[in-house]
Amino acid sequence: MNNNAITIKELRFRWPRQAHPCLDIPALSIAVGEHVFLHGPSGSGKSTLLGLLGGVALPERGRIELLGHDLTAMSARARDRLRADSIGFLFQQFNLLPWLSALDNVLLPCTFSARRRARSRPNGNPRDEVDEATRLLTHLDLAPAHWRKPAAELSVGQQQRVAAARALIGRPEILIADEPTSALDAPRQQIFVDLLLREAASAGATLLFVSHDERLAAHFGRKLALAEINCLAPGEAS
Amino acid sequence: MKAVLTLAVKSAWARRLTLGVTLCAIALSSALLLSVEHIRHDARQSFAQSVSGVDLVVGARSGSVQLMLYAVFHSGNATHNIRWESYRNIADNPAVAWAVPLSLGDSHRGFPVLGTTPDYFTHLHYGDGQALVFAAGQPFSEVFEVVLGSAVANELAYRIGDTITLNHGLGEAAALAEHGDKPFRIIGVLKPTGTPADRTLHVSLEAISALHLDWSGGAPLAGLSIPAEHVRKFDLQAKEVTALMLGLKQRTDVFRLQRQINTYRGEALLAVMPGVALDELWQTLGMVEDALLAISALVVAVGLAGLMATLLASLNERRRELSILRALGASPLDLFLMLTAEGLLLTALGELLGCTLLAAAALFLAPFLQAQFGIVLQWRALTANEWFLLAAILATGLLASLVPAWRAWRMSLADGLTPRN
Repeated sequence: MNNNAITIKELRFRWPRQAHPCLDIPALSIAVGEHVFLHGPSGSGKSTLLGLLGGVALPERGRIELLGHDLTAMSARARDRLRADSIGFLFQQFNLLPWLSALDNVLLPCTFSARRRARSRPNGNPRDEVDEATRLLTHLDLAPAHWRKPAAELSVGQQQRVAAARALIGRPEILIADEPTSALDAPRQQIFVDLLLREAASAGATLLFVSHDERLAAHFGRKLALAEINCLAPGEAS
Repeated sequence: MKAVLTLAVKSAWARRLTLGVTLCAIALSSALLLSVEHIRHDARQSFAQSVSGVDLVVGARSGSVQLMLYAVFHSGNATHNIRWESYRNIADNPAVAWAVPLSLGDSHRGFPVLGTTPDYFTHLHYGDGQALVFAAGQPFSEVFEVVLGSAVANELAYRIGDTITLNHGLGEAAALAEHGDKPFRIIGVLKPTGTPADRTLHVSLEAISALHLDWSGGAPLAGLSIPAEHVRKFDLQAKEVTALMLGLKQRTDVFRLQRQINTYRGEALLAVMPGVALDELWQTLGMVEDALLAISALVVAVGLAGLMATLLASLNERRRELSILRALGASPLDLFLMLTAEGLLLTALGELLGCTLLAAAALFLAPFLQAQFGIVLQWRALTANEWFLLAAILATGLLASLVPAWRAWRMSLADGLTPRN
């Protein structure tokens, strides 16, 4: 069809029981492999857009295509499957299940998606999955001493790196990061962003990085502002 | 699906303290319900098997329940007695294989005294036709000899060869009227049966006559006292008995003989089949048991309401957990199933624990329960009714889990990928 990871056309979204729509995006395309910085202050409809891209909400009208699949034409079950298979999410904080170890958190996508499980086991050996997880954790600078610890015992920075490894495992085509650095202190923020960019590049993944902090945009190939692509004035957005 | 269930177990384990308390509530309440049903079943069973091998019980005409109460359970009084010649007439009926007369009315420290013939020990059976067995000694053969039921011997710490005296009448009044001048020697002690025989003292019919030689109308005759050593000079042939137990040559004759006795010309008699009458008696007592069962069922309902409350309360702290799972690809149905599985698992575990408690109580606490509360809790396989109760608890547990599960479903739809507060 085309070479876009994400395509949005004539999108309009309104929360139930609200008079005004909060999103109105005539067009947006993100090519496969692109690293996009999307600037959006809080309250600009950012979370709503991510929910739509993740397929947990449907627009009032318009199309959203992910890797050529039209989300608006799919069943809820199929959207859940596509999300599990093709998107790695990374949120602000509290990304992890606190009662699982760091390693088990990283392995979670492999239990939800057969595709990501298969991709993290190139030789079909279950052992490979763990090797892949530890490889990612090593790349993201988490010392082996922390791998078996419950996630709740890790620092916020360590937790975010575990969450990044989880988003990357099984090489999903799209990575969506929503303010992943806001809980980190300033010097560590840029380091984390660079780490994420490097890993996304080596996995060949499309990265959509959403943040209110424009200083982090420096190393991205493309910069967008939600206020520009969304026709509605920020004040009207929820 | 399997992934979600594995996560449900791990998540539950992380909350094991709160869930543990809920688990205990379910375990204790199901153990309570099961034990009430257990004891109820066994009590009914042993009640129905208080007599066996007896085809008809005969007494003066009254109600069948009343007849059972005094003839089998030795509790309460007969309104009238049966004349000796009526007893002889019935015993001589060609359909009758054996007839054992019973004479009641005296007691010893709260335990009833039964006057009968030595045949009683061979013909009266209980349970599935078990005969009375002597733990020590033998049946009485002399006038002033007594055979004790196991509970009498145990509770009063009597042994073979001990001497005791009997009292006239039953209950409180008995303490005032003692047959103090005619002591009895303990000649035998029966093995425990779980029937009224355990709490009964058995003497011969002649002994009952001897005790009352110098009595009239329930009081000693003034100025007349016949010492024990002289009673044999008197005619000790009983003139009346309280009730009869009959065994027939052919059980098919039972209805015909019952009709003959009920229409007996000599005096107004009543013959009842013990199985039928015991059932009738049980129904009047059964209401208490039903109430107990209903209360236990309510306790289980409280336990399961606790389960529902715990799961609902946990949802708030797990809101983030649910949206993480959602971002990973879990569907709202997955989360619904996760919560349902958690509730169902807890209920099943609680039941298992409850059964274990019941089994442990039956194995280890049974002697204590019987001694302290008179409750007989025995170790045996579950009845169909008990399995049904377990299934009903599980079904109720499932229903209770559906509410939080439905809420998790709703919450995951409303929250999407980021929990809203």
